[in-house]
Amino acid sequence: MAPVQAQAVTVTSDSSIVPEKIRDGIDLEINGEHYRHTGDPQMPLLWYLRDVLRLTGTKYGGEHGQNGADLVLLDGKAVSAIDQPMTKLAGRQVVTVEGLAGNDGSLHPVQQAFVDEDAIGCGYCTPGWLIAAVDLLRRKPNPGDDDIDRLPNLCRCGCQTRVRSAIKRVAAGKAGQP
Amino acid sequence: MSNDRTTVHNQIRLSRRRFLQVLAGTAGALVVGIRMADAADAPLPLAMLGDTFNDLGAYVRIDADGNVLIGARDPDTGTGVATSLPRIIADELDADWNRVSVVSLGLGVTDNNGQPRWTYGRQIGGSGGSIPAAWNDLRHVGALARWLLLQAAARRLGLPASNLRCDAGTVIAPDGRRFTYGSLAADASKIALPASVPLLKNAANYHLIGKPVGDVDARAIVTGLTRYAIDEHYGDELIAVLAHCPWPDGTLAQIDTTDTLAVKGVLKVVQLKPEPGQPLGSTVIAPAVAVLAVDTWSALQGREKLKLEWKPGASGGESSNALEQQASALLAGKTDPTTRVRNDGDVEAAGKKAARRLEATYFQPWLGHVTAEPMNCLVRLDKDRASLVVPTQAPQKAWAVVQRLTGLSPAQIDIRVPRVGGGYGRRLDHDYVAEAVMVAKAVDKPVRLMWTREEDFDHDYYQSGSVHHLSVVLDRKRQLLGWNQRMASASALAHRNTPDNRLWTSELHADQLPAALVPNYRSDWYALNSAMPRGPMRGMPHTSNAFAVESFIDEIAHSMKEDPLVTHLRMLGEPRELPLSVGGTFNTGRLANVLKLVADRIEWKNWLHSVNGLGIACWHIDGAYVAHAIEVAMQNQKLVIQRVVCAADVGRVINPLGLEGQLAGATLDALSTALNLAITFKDGLIQQHNYKDYPLASMAQLPNAVEVIVVPADDRPPAGASFLAMPTAAPALANAVFRASAVRVRRLPLMKELLRML
Repeated sequence: MAPVQAQAVTVTSDSSIVPEKIRDGIDLEINGEHYRHTGDPQMPLLWYLRDVLRLTGTKYGGEHGQNGADLVLLDGKAVSAIDQPMTKLAGRQVVTVEGLAGNDGSLHPVQQAFVDEDAIGCGYCTPGWLIAAVDLLRRKPNPGDDDIDRLPNLCRCGCQTRVRSAIKRVAAGKAGQP
Repeated sequence: MSNDRTTVHNQIRLSRRRFLQVLAGTAGALVVGIRMADAADAPLPLAMLGDTFNDLGAYVRIDADGNVLIGARDPDTGTGVATSLPRIIADELDADWNRVSVVSLGLGVTDNNGQPRWTYGRQIGGSGGSIPAAWNDLRHVGALARWLLLQAAARRLGLPASNLRCDAGTVIAPDGRRFTYGSLAADASKIALPASVPLLKNAANYHLIGKPVGDVDARAIVTGLTRYAIDEHYGDELIAVLAHCPWPDGTLAQIDTTDTLAVKGVLKVVQLKPEPGQPLGSTVIAPAVAVLAVDTWSALQGREKLKLEWKPGASGGESSNALEQQASALLAGKTDPTTRVRNDGDVEAAGKKAARRLEATYFQPWLGHVTAEPMNCLVRLDKDRASLVVPTQAPQKAWAVVQRLTGLSPAQIDIRVPRVGGGYGRRLDHDYVAEAVMVAKAVDKPVRLMWTREEDFDHDYYQSGSVHHLSVVLDRKRQLLGWNQRMASASALAHRNTPDNRLWTSELHADQLPAALVPNYRSDWYALNSAMPRGPMRGMPHTSNAFAVESFIDEIAHSMKEDPLVTHLRMLGEPRELPLSVGGTFNTGRLANVLKLVADRIEWKNWLHSVNGLGIACWHIDGAYVAHAIEVAMQNQKLVIQRVVCAADVGRVINPLGLEGQLAGATLDALSTALNLAITFKDGLIQQHNYKDYPLASMAQLPNAVEVIVVPADDRPPAGASFLAMPTAAPALANAVFRASAVRVRRLPLMKELLRML
């Protein structure tokens, strides 16, 4: 049966049935964990988070994230997850609403301030407001009303005035205080 | 887990149809619930009795370790009922709120000879009725559990229960000995029930009701862990996205799915049609094509590649402009109204005695719901069971749709309702549930149906636009002598199996201001015919009518060169109770009070001389009272809302923080709508497909704060408040804009009209 072995080698090298090369993945970091995406490189980050990773805190709002419900931090900056194809994300760092709290479960000051102010309507758009607020406070630790006015989020329940109070509470260092 | 580990202990009659029931749970738990009459043979919610708490009814469960689990029966669409309803139970129970967990209940249904019996009673969210209903029955659940715990402690101590008291999850003896509820739960579950319902607490002893508390779901929401229906998974479901026909009564002329099926991950394309004869809201909203795929991205790509040709139906030529012209023509013509809603005295005779007369016409646009969470539904169909996760305001109505389409018996249908991403009336209809079930049947697999935002805009049950013509006559003493209000709109109840002679009820209220305050008062409704789907909308029809009425009263004051607060107070007259046609009373003093409160807070005395414009408005809904005062500044062509004050009198308040949030939230929603929003259509096609076309107000357009004043009114039971603050915000705004700019806006949305007229 020795020839068989020789034959086999020949078949492998000449055949068109070449085993598919292991596809290059897209490596990225999400909430401090490393992930490799091997699916469609054009898949938007939103669907990767929601359908693949089952991280459902980031919400679908609409095309181009017009209501801000799908905001995530990309390298620290708030962006709409539905507008980010995975192919652009190699080596990048993503933080979603699930990644804001500490590993010990302690809330981020912005999360704490939203709880303090009960800055919640139905809550569906809240993750997007949190991400936008974290981004704003990073750029401007003591934002004025004009800065808060520029947040891109929309809400029909009417949580806006309470969100404003929550952001000011964080700026004043009073998150978690009575 | 099996039945023999539990005992149905006893029951007490609560009302004609409701009974309190006690069950001994496993592991020494005490379980108390309400059940509806004739449901004695219903299976116990077994899961509740064991160690997993996923199906517990309108019950309270106290575990041996002292943890208290309370079920919230009404869907929470952002109204806070998942917090306020359990608070009502917990207060009667004297529970320690820190030990309370809340579980949102699914639909409670059992089989009554093939008919459904709703085991938890009423289950509707966002109608304003959750708290009044809970006040009537849920308090008894807490009171009975507390009574049983007291009896258990009394036996243990050998003392009469009347010598003991309860405080924050403990029973306390006169000598200071304390027993936690957890330590008493097992004994309490074995005690025979009293012959009658235990007395409810004296209101002076409330420790939770009337105290502010944050939303029970707040921590889960801010950490992203709350699962809405759209976030739920069965693990093996297919994703279905839809392409609907742009015309509700259109048809599919051509379809080519070749490119769609070539998309990796796409498995199947399914066609859906509305079922003939089914009322609006219980079947597919328009013919549609569903693309099924292994994930959302593949499904969306597949949908992009569909080649579809739709044909308009008979309604294909409708336009919102033409409908408005029809409305104006109806009101200008001599035809009889479709319905004479109210006719007091003799309006014509009053007209002949007039010292002064005034008339005006107000125009309001069509509106959409735009819930944050788009329509979606998760469904798994097995031979003997349908399991669904549904974002609904009315799970019983969702059940009816599933039952019709599956033919399953009542208890074979399991509907879970997690927190809902906004309702505003849209989720009282269940077209999306019908679609999900139809698709699941077609593919024989679990399905998650998901609408895109564009589908959500294009296929809504819209609020009809309306035209209101108002005329008034006053006598020499400036008293309102005659009031004639005529409105034309397309009824929200048409095509819904509602008798034609009731269609007006969704458009005008017989008791709305200033009915009963004017001796000669008439209101007429003229029906517009439209094939555009319509349905319930948050705050309607009050919001639409209050804009016309409260703008007009401001115009009356202006025509008399009078302070509109004075005009209002003269119209309301002495404090008195006037009967409402729907039952209950309208207290003119309470309405005057909320109006004076907002006026005081905004320093109304400056109304004539302020550089800024001030405006006020008030309204009453079924015995609840609300007023707004708004201050605006015109900076060049820019409108700045500088201050907003809202006062409300809703009877007893369960959660002041929640109420404040509801009032502020509804105020902002109403302002956002009045400032910017309109749905229009041409050739039957909706012209707004996304937020950029239907711009909810940004932070910059809204006031920085809403100052809320809640009138203490513990002498009356609590009223609903989820939309109470909607009606008066827009007229107060328009009245303020008039003082700031001298422009009287009689057409919404306000910004477009203001810029046109400036």
